[in-house]
Amino acid sequence: MRMPFSALLGLIFTGAFFFAAIFAPLIAPYDMAEVVGGVWDPVSATHWFGTDAIGRDMLTRMIYGGQTTIFVASAATILSFVLGSILGFTAAVTGGWVDQILSRIVDLIMAIPSLILALVILSVTPVTLTVLILVMGLLDATRVFRLSRAVAVDITVMDYVEAARLRGEGWAWIIFREILPNALSPLVAELGLRFIFAVLFISTLSFLGLGIQPPLADWGGIVKENSAGLVYGIPAALIPAFAIAALAISVNLVADWVLSRTTSLKGGRG
Amino acid sequence: MAAATSAAGWHKGGSVHPILLLVVQRVALGLLLLLAVSAVIFLGVEALPGDTAQAILGQSATPQALENLRAQMGLDQPPLTRYFSWLGGLMTGDMGLSLTNGQDIAQGIGQRLGNTLFLAFWAAVISVPLAILLGLVAARYQGRWPDKLISGVTLSTISLPEFVVGYLVLYFLAVKWQIFPSVAMVFPGMGIFERLNAVILPVIVLVLVVLAHMMRMTRAAILNVMQSAYIETAELKGLGPMQVIWRHAFPNAIAPVVNVVMLNLAYLVVGVVVVEVVFVYPGMGQYLVDHVAKRDLPVVQAAGLIFAAVYIGLNILADVISILANPRLRHPK
Repeated sequence: MRMPFSALLGLIFTGAFFFAAIFAPLIAPYDMAEVVGGVWDPVSATHWFGTDAIGRDMLTRMIYGGQTTIFVASAATILSFVLGSILGFTAAVTGGWVDQILSRIVDLIMAIPSLILALVILSVTPVTLTVLILVMGLLDATRVFRLSRAVAVDITVMDYVEAARLRGEGWAWIIFREILPNALSPLVAELGLRFIFAVLFISTLSFLGLGIQPPLADWGGIVKENSAGLVYGIPAALIPAFAIAALAISVNLVADWVLSRTTSLKGGRG
Repeated sequence: MAAATSAAGWHKGGSVHPILLLVVQRVALGLLLLLAVSAVIFLGVEALPGDTAQAILGQSATPQALENLRAQMGLDQPPLTRYFSWLGGLMTGDMGLSLTNGQDIAQGIGQRLGNTLFLAFWAAVISVPLAILLGLVAARYQGRWPDKLISGVTLSTISLPEFVVGYLVLYFLAVKWQIFPSVAMVFPGMGIFERLNAVILPVIVLVLVVLAHMMRMTRAAILNVMQSAYIETAELKGLGPMQVIWRHAFPNAIAPVVNVVMLNLAYLVVGVVVVEVVFVYPGMGQYLVDHVAKRDLPVVQAAGLIFAAVYIGLNILADVISILANPRLRHPK
């Protein structure tokens, strides 16, 4: 089965971004906080992306920034999936008042725009990496909950689930051995979309100055640091902006392909 | 239309028109949701670790000073008592005082809310007709180049966060080509045209942000209706393709389209926060973000609740309009 060109392109770019994030200290030409040139030096052989607002190497900051962005977004996505899918499956399997309570809480949280709720929470809590991951993961878990509950409700009425119940299996067996394997493919397709959402979300928070705090840097923060230059015609802030867009688009291409494969019974359009 | 329907409802021999009942139910449910949201924003946030008095006075504050400030701000009262007095204050337009500068929050919000609504209003006025028009065109030429062009461009704008769109527009339109002013300065006493000229860039960004979703879903809604038998009838009786869409498909797609429009206007609520920061526009979003950084909880709670209320309000409006747009509900047997 052949992979469409767009998905291959997306996969290559996504792989490159993750590779750069994991091996950041090995690839980055300079130290993250090292001042190596003038303010907003143009692109040159020694500084491929120029330098930033206080003369640090832009390429180095982009690599380390990508590491932070990708790490936070991945951690938040994993948290939201583990929590959202387990609660969603539990709600579908047990039904009754557990389902009612969980679903109504999720309805309530989803009635408030995520960004607004995150801002309200972050005005009280200290803004650390852990808190950011927790807030993003918990808010996004509501969406995963909706999806996994919807998928699991269809599966729980299947004969094999009833057979397992009649055998006397506990809810943990039913969730992990009966429902999870059958609900995996729509969840995997959703994983990509939620990851993009997390990348955009953490970038937006950092851009607003309420996400990753210095000395750590992430792409949204680098946009913020260099945005003053735009008015003078210095495009440094657009580099991380393009990186965010490129990562989002490439993951999107892969997710689209996974989605089209899993929704088609014949194994995809090839 | 709502007024006419409800008036008709009341005159039907005393029995309540079912559509009125549905609408009232939906609005009541929405208000209940809003009440629950206010509880989340007030009580939920109180339950989080963090101490407002400590935040104001800093780590070096003496226990006595903390105690005094708590008493002064009413923080020694039980949370439920404070929640109801806060809620009561909101109902009467009293939002309390800002922690950081002691100013009246209602006053601060009043002016900024006007600025934000001005921005959102123009973004909506431009994006809604444009999105519907583009959606109609894309549906008319489904699978041909106008459709592919429109769909391709909108797909790429969906992948961009608002602030990236904002800076791209700022860099190219204001700095490189210098067509529009880069900073959206508005102040009281400005003429309407000066004001419009000042907000043109943020409006363009907001339009781009919501246009893509609105257009794609309009296209999907119309294509969905195009599968119906009556569309085939209209084609067979010799109507032109645009006529078919305009006279037969579009009226039947109004409910989903209105729903999409409202949901995207609700999305503007979030977009406006970021876009105001990009263009340093003195609106609600900027106000909220500034006070989150200053940890000014009363301001954040009031502003957050207003944003949530607008969001929920637009969602209710979407539901009410789709109830009203349904002819089966409007003319019951």
